[in-house]
Amino acid sequence: MDISAIMQEIYTARWTLWGGLLTTLEISAIAISAGTLAGVMIGIGLAYGPLVLRLVLRGYVDLVRGIPSLVLIFFCFYGTALLGLNLSAFAAGVFALGLFCAAHIGELTRGAVQSIPQAQTDAAKSIGLGFWRRLVYAILPQALRRVLPGWVNIAAEIVKGSTLLSLIGVVELLLATQQAIARTFLILEFYLALIVVFFIINFAISRAGALLERRMAYVRF
Amino acid sequence: MHYNFNWPVVWRNFDRLWDGLLLGLAIAVVALAIGCLIGILLAMCRESRLRVLRIPATIFVEVMRNTPLLLLVFFFYFGLPELGFTAFNNVETFAATLALYAGAYLTEIFRGGLAAIPVAYVEAGKAIGLTAPQRLRYVILPVLFRIVLPSLSSALISLFKDTALAAAIGVQELTFGARWVNLNTYQILETWTVTAAMYLVASYIIAFGLRQVERRYAMVR
Repeated sequence: MDISAIMQEIYTARWTLWGGLLTTLEISAIAISAGTLAGVMIGIGLAYGPLVLRLVLRGYVDLVRGIPSLVLIFFCFYGTALLGLNLSAFAAGVFALGLFCAAHIGELTRGAVQSIPQAQTDAAKSIGLGFWRRLVYAILPQALRRVLPGWVNIAAEIVKGSTLLSLIGVVELLLATQQAIARTFLILEFYLALIVVFFIINFAISRAGALLERRMAYVRF
Repeated sequence: MHYNFNWPVVWRNFDRLWDGLLLGLAIAVVALAIGCLIGILLAMCRESRLRVLRIPATIFVEVMRNTPLLLLVFFFYFGLPELGFTAFNNVETFAATLALYAGAYLTEIFRGGLAAIPVAYVEAGKAIGLTAPQRLRYVILPVLFRIVLPSLSSALISLFKDTALAAAIGVQELTFGARWVNLNTYQILETWTVTAAMYLVASYIIAFGLRQVERRYAMVR
């Protein structure tokens, strides 16, 4: 099959693939933003919470980091129906990826918060800031900068992990491509094109991360 | 919402899960071993002064690291037979894919390790008249191995978790077994709880065992 015929087939499948791409981006965007918010709170809880809270969060983080994300996805997909929640495959999958993201960001945030020198806290205390103001004005602005490199890695991980939702029937980019393949039998061509697309997305994320890191690099401890 | 727990159903099918766990571990170990060879080779290529070695190695590593594993698995499993490679079954194809994926990740780890080898060691090797292959065999590799050992153990654990994806192409590992039990008994909570526990416990045992190895081979500085 020559290249123009392949382009023709890809063009014919354009709406399927476009829909898949949008779904992939949607899954990633929701999971990353919700996971990041929850993760930062989990990280603060892990660093400063009372013992009981710390133990609960530690259990959650270690559990999620210790099992494959695919198992987490299946668990959420099959398990939420039991709780009487009638979640779609999309919602269950995004929920699972969000849990995954939150656990990793939580661990990352805890490490970053605890790596801020004690002197910073002492200084903030000495000018009369309470706990939350200390956190918001002194600790977090420094800690979140340290989270950034790891955060970029996790974001790329989530984009890659979104393909796992194809296994529970969410028509994201991978499943959309498989649908196109089922019609055209152009297996290598479509998968190669998909590898290029994911490469572009993730490469863009890591470049953007590197750029942000450089812009944030003016603070040195 | 009423749910009847029925644990014996899971225990009756436990050998299916157990065999799956062992298969997953075996695949992870094989992938790590082959991945180490690939990783060392590619790390040297990436550090090489020759562009013909450096550029292909860099492209390979970046593409592998930015592509979802599931996509790579489908690409190799469904795509290679198109090119006439029909010799591998699903287990072998998955192990090979995971090995390539591991190789790309380990390349970065080995690069870091190579950079961390004190120049004085290599110079000392030169001074006692070792040839370049001898320096590699007796100086660089042993030191490199000790430097990257902690990263290798975390790589093994994450590869073990990645073997869950093999379920997508019908490899009968733990997640496949769990899905089988789930779909045949509808004891959703029991099945996935036991599965998650098995992944967790296996990961902790690997981590514990390898920490002993690390202590045994710790670098004397």
